[in-house]
Amino acid sequence: MIAELLTNTALPIILVGAMVGIASSAVGTFLVLRGNSMLSDAISHSIVFGIVIVWLLTQQQSGPIQLVGAALTGLLTVLLTEALANTKRVKQDAAIGLVFPALFSIGVLLLNVYAHDVHIDTHTVLLGEIGFVWLDTIDLWGLPVPQALVSMSVMTLLNYGFIGLFYKELKLATFDPALAKTFGFMPTILFYGLLMLTSSTAVAAFDAVGAVLFIAFAIVPASAAYLLTDRLWMMFIIGALISIASSLSGYYLAIHLNVSIGGMMAVMTGVFLMLAFLAGPRYGVLTQLAKRRHARKAPVEPPTSP
Amino acid sequence: MQWLDLLSDYTFQNVVIGASLLGLISGPLGCFAMLRRQSLLGDALSHAALPGVCLSFIITGSRDIGGIIIGALATGSLAALTMLLLTRHSRLKTDAAIGVCLSIFFALGIVLLTYIQGTNNASQGGLEAFLFGQAAATLRSDLWIMGAITLATLALLGIFWKQAKLVTFDAEYARTLGMPTTAIEATLTAMVALAVVVGLQMVGVILMAAMIVAPAAAARQWSRHLGSMLAIAAGVGIVSGVSGATISTLSRGLATGPLIILTATAIVLISLALAPGRGLLWGAIKHYRQKEALQRQQLLYTFYKHPRAAQRYRTTFGSRRVLGKLNRQGYLARSPDDGIEWSLTPQGQAAAKRVVATFEEVAP
Repeated sequence: MIAELLTNTALPIILVGAMVGIASSAVGTFLVLRGNSMLSDAISHSIVFGIVIVWLLTQQQSGPIQLVGAALTGLLTVLLTEALANTKRVKQDAAIGLVFPALFSIGVLLLNVYAHDVHIDTHTVLLGEIGFVWLDTIDLWGLPVPQALVSMSVMTLLNYGFIGLFYKELKLATFDPALAKTFGFMPTILFYGLLMLTSSTAVAAFDAVGAVLFIAFAIVPASAAYLLTDRLWMMFIIGALISIASSLSGYYLAIHLNVSIGGMMAVMTGVFLMLAFLAGPRYGVLTQLAKRRHARKAPVEPPTSP
Repeated sequence: MQWLDLLSDYTFQNVVIGASLLGLISGPLGCFAMLRRQSLLGDALSHAALPGVCLSFIITGSRDIGGIIIGALATGSLAALTMLLLTRHSRLKTDAAIGVCLSIFFALGIVLLTYIQGTNNASQGGLEAFLFGQAAATLRSDLWIMGAITLATLALLGIFWKQAKLVTFDAEYARTLGMPTTAIEATLTAMVALAVVVGLQMVGVILMAAMIVAPAAAARQWSRHLGSMLAIAAGVGIVSGVSGATISTLSRGLATGPLIILTATAIVLISLALAPGRGLLWGAIKHYRQKEALQRQQLLYTFYKHPRAAQRYRTTFGSRRVLGKLNRQGYLARSPDDGIEWSLTPQGQAAAKRVVATFEEVAP
């Protein structure tokens, strides 16, 4: 019965979509909280460069070497950005805007030169082909499991393993880096570990959703969760739930309208963010308005003198 | 002869003119975006142009550049407005708001694009062109429109020059003067959206981010005045546009957009290293000179005060070099008795006395 479910095309796609969302919103949560969301943009674009380089060096298109190699380029982007920002000649956001287009350009030019050998299509580079994940399967215990599902599950485990292991340290490093440093938690190294995981997640999610939609999966559910709760652990749960809901609703809407599945899933994360923004129980705009109106109507109590 | 052929080539002319126009518009507007700490605004607005382009295609049914401009401007402005709402009325910070708008609008664009591909099989394949630009396909008529946009934008900037400057550097003060700061900021943002529209054809969505940031970042190194910074940024934009287009035409097969961006990045790196006053290279040289002067003072001081202990200085490399230099300049000499130990010459004595005097004065 499970085999039947997996050969059905809908389930693998939805599962992969949900897994991409869960894995990337885990790391995205920290990016959003630290005010570094645009690093996901920089990383996801410059791994195009990494994927091309690794391919040219090893002729490998998938597997752990590719994953690590391309993920290292993501880290390189961050290092270059920090180096540029540390010269104090440009601000950090400007540094991001300088580094990743340059790496991306080199990647595209290399693709230009070796276009006839490289199997990487610029189209998939940016959009991914989540609709075809069920075509590329590997056998696990006799079941044809989509490869993307396996790699995304591994990334989810790795991400949550890291976060679970260093939960207290990450939490402190995010909200009070100075205190974390005095405690000897090494917030910088922790952060780079987190960025390495972000990078690897982006590479793993690459075939499924591509470079640009990865940004949506990484930071939109996390942002929505940030609008709904004040607790860190709750953010992960809400982020994961929004990812699952977006994947489900996005898939069926996309099939119904006959449009891009990955794109629709990303749009749905945006819809959930808008809902959270407008109707969130504490910080929602409409909730605030209603509260204010309620307060205005309430009779003003005269101050009771003691 | 080859160059003459090249110069009279129709496509080459178009690409070069288009690239220069892009440089001319994105440089100055990038300066404002960068100074207002919104460097990644161009990135977000260019991604947000995709749904607009698709919508205009759905409505008009053609790839008419006028419709594309209006569409891109409309969704770009909508994205900018959403960003503003998210940052003003929620706890999300600017970076998250930019990332959210960028990715969601782009995703919406992808959805619309696949919708177009699914319904009518008309002229599509537009995505590749949209993502990476298609400089070679620029028409003369496109150039006229791009030129008109550039001119109009720069003229508008000229009219609002004083206000734009004040809002950029001191928005609070501008507000107390009764200036419509929000309107001016919105105008500046809309102008970036216009620059993006010009850039879509030349370098594509993704690289447009660099076209806004790079000329401005380079120009910032060379100038401390807004006016000259804008002029330099426009110049950098034009130079990188023209050279990128030329390299692309000469190499046959290399994409124009990435080459323009890489040229601009190279100019930024050169500016960071060499710009007078701010350049990293000058900073390094200055640091090196100061270090040497300090070592020289230290050596002279110790030789004067503690001639025996000073012999230990020979062990470190930097000191040995300074030691040799002092020797050549005649401040130090091998002592006459064994020829190994150093001692101060009369000239060195005098210099050391001066050094000691300054030190004792500071810390008696």
